[in-house]
Amino acid sequence: MRRVYMDHNATTPVHPEVLAAMMPFFQDQFGNASSIHWAGREVKKYLDEAREKVAALLNASPEEVIFTGCGTESDNMAIKGVAFALRERGQHIITTQVEHHAVLHTCQFLEKIGYKVTYLPVDGDGLIDLEELRRSITDETVLITIMFANNETGTIFPVQEIGEIARERGVIFHTDSVQAVGKLPIDLQRLPVDILSLSGHKLYSPKGIGAQYIRKGTKMTSLIHGGAQERNRRAGTENIPYIIGLGKASEIALRDFQKRRTHLTALRDRLHQEFIQRIPHVQLNGHATQRLPNTLNLSFLYIEGESLLLNLDLEGIAVSSGSACTSGSLEPSHVLLAMGIPHEIAQSAIRFSLGWNNTEEDVDYVVEVLPRIVQRLRDISPLYHKMTSTVNT
Amino acid sequence: MVPKEKGRVAVAMSGGVDSSTAAALLKNDGYEVIGLTMHLWDQKLDDQEDMGRCCSPEDIRDARRVADQIGIPHYVVNLRQAFEEEVVNYFVEAYLSGRTPNPCIRCNDRIKFWRLLRKAEELGARALATGHYARIELDPLKERYVLRRGVDRNKDQSYFLFTMTQDQMARVLFPLGEKSKAEVRQQALKLGLRVARKRESQEICFIPDDNYRRFMEERKGKEIFRPGEIVNRQGKVLGFHRGLHSYTVGQRRGLGIAAPHPHYVLALDTCKNQVVAGRKEELMANGLIAGGVNWISFPKLEGKMEAWVQIRYRHPGALAVISPGDDGKVMVDLKIPQKAVTPGQAAVFYQGDEVLGGGWIEKAF
Repeated sequence: MRRVYMDHNATTPVHPEVLAAMMPFFQDQFGNASSIHWAGREVKKYLDEAREKVAALLNASPEEVIFTGCGTESDNMAIKGVAFALRERGQHIITTQVEHHAVLHTCQFLEKIGYKVTYLPVDGDGLIDLEELRRSITDETVLITIMFANNETGTIFPVQEIGEIARERGVIFHTDSVQAVGKLPIDLQRLPVDILSLSGHKLYSPKGIGAQYIRKGTKMTSLIHGGAQERNRRAGTENIPYIIGLGKASEIALRDFQKRRTHLTALRDRLHQEFIQRIPHVQLNGHATQRLPNTLNLSFLYIEGESLLLNLDLEGIAVSSGSACTSGSLEPSHVLLAMGIPHEIAQSAIRFSLGWNNTEEDVDYVVEVLPRIVQRLRDISPLYHKMTSTVNT
Repeated sequence: MVPKEKGRVAVAMSGGVDSSTAAALLKNDGYEVIGLTMHLWDQKLDDQEDMGRCCSPEDIRDARRVADQIGIPHYVVNLRQAFEEEVVNYFVEAYLSGRTPNPCIRCNDRIKFWRLLRKAEELGARALATGHYARIELDPLKERYVLRRGVDRNKDQSYFLFTMTQDQMARVLFPLGEKSKAEVRQQALKLGLRVARKRESQEICFIPDDNYRRFMEERKGKEIFRPGEIVNRQGKVLGFHRGLHSYTVGQRRGLGIAAPHPHYVLALDTCKNQVVAGRKEELMANGLIAGGVNWISFPKLEGKMEAWVQIRYRHPGALAVISPGDDGKVMVDLKIPQKAVTPGQAAVFYQGDEVLGGGWIEKAF
């Protein structure tokens, strides 16, 4: 049976060049980067190089890039780090209702220990009202944390404008960029961003590695204490092979950026077009144009998204609904609900997130299989029958 | 390639030895099998709590691992809300009204053979299989599906299945109906299924430790347990009770009545918050009325008929004459009076090993 993977916002396979770059560092060059002898020295060089590569992807300086254990850790570091460091100044944080749980649950944790958090609402496209953001800032506000692009819908936030508002009022701005890095051009020389979090396994490097950009001078308390690694920001012996991997992945992302972007956008748009042509009652969730080039979130009305997902899985097609982290229970996505999408429509949402190795044949296969499944499910759907019978009378 | 006639079936896998074996048997038989485990309840995760039976994370994991072992896809189906509304709530409300509920029958009726069956259908399966010890057969003369006891009389679970409709029976399989429990365990061991030696679950799946009282208290607050009087049928006060919900018809323990003869709970009066107790002879009923009736062997009960009635799962059964009552209810005249006919329990009617149908006991007379 053909297998098609279209869930790259959940995770990506490790790129062959990335794996190749990592291999020497498991057994041949295995030293601890902090050691002063030959084993440590020889890896230190590669550590620096990897850092430069990640920095290059973001157009930042290498001293501003540190490595972490994953994207979630980076988010935790940024939010808790700033909250704890600036707690004398104030205890108010502003975020949105559509953030990833790594941000939301961290904010909820801080609320439990006395911080105040404003969760900005979003409109039907998933975007905040910039005026409302402005109005929410008080003298107590110490952090604004707003994602660069949403993992479920792909909607891209106006990071430039948000950063400017934050700057105006002297508030630190963190952006969870786990989904944006590698997919959108990010220039930290121009963007007024103070902290940026990213994740390795969304960028064709392994799970278990992340990174964080921290603008020089940003006050942050460390989460993980211990040795002096990563400029005292994040202790722990550097995970050299994985850092090398992330560095290589960043290099590839930068090198092939335009090519990938064009390829992904074309495939995604064709998928979208074909569905619209073949299947009635399909709705796009997310901004029509301001969206990640690889992401397509569609609701197929009158059927259960879960059933559609499982049926697609039985045909070898991997997609998701909601975010992977919560898929144990397949509840409707908090993001879609925050966008004002009605429950049943949110329940019938499927997210297609394409990746570097998806092909035209993959799209052909999905386009051939999915409409059949939708029709079969609609044929046994009481909702669909009710709708069609009222239309026909 | 799977022969076309067998086709795709879904198996409800609880992580126990019965449903695991059922899944393995069907797969070996040439069906295209998909394993489904229902997520019905979130066990409280206090350290000291004994995990309630069924559908705990360990059970879901066991089911998934058996599925991997057999080589079939496995999905977890989230039915927590429906379970809470249709089974748990029903259970609590029944106790509060002085009835003794049977949530397993309700779960079969509303959850398994309705919502889970629909899920199976959505997955393109032509049937849902479970590990129940019972048999569904198509009677060619009557052109109806009939439900029969499982071959292993001691394990027979047909009592819990009396609500099944023709439509459901056409799309349900019971692969274990012709087997004994011992055979099933043997099969499981032979197949090398990791759950072959797993202990049976005996309690209600959502009540850890069988502690009904604690469960009710947590849901409704301690106030529901109001002490009241224990009286006899004539209204004479015999003693006091700790709260109606600790008692069920036929119960002898916990009454604390000092009397020459042992006393048993005859009825629970929720209006007066009284337990009505009496001697063993008073516990006998000559008959009962059952409502919410479902007929399997025929569309409707047209006249009087002799049948064997089981008034509890572990009741050996009693001979009776059943006749249609008002509003689709059934009048059951017991040939020999039976002990502890309990409102809220199911009365299931048999002829031989065939389940004619059943209903919910409303009152005894």
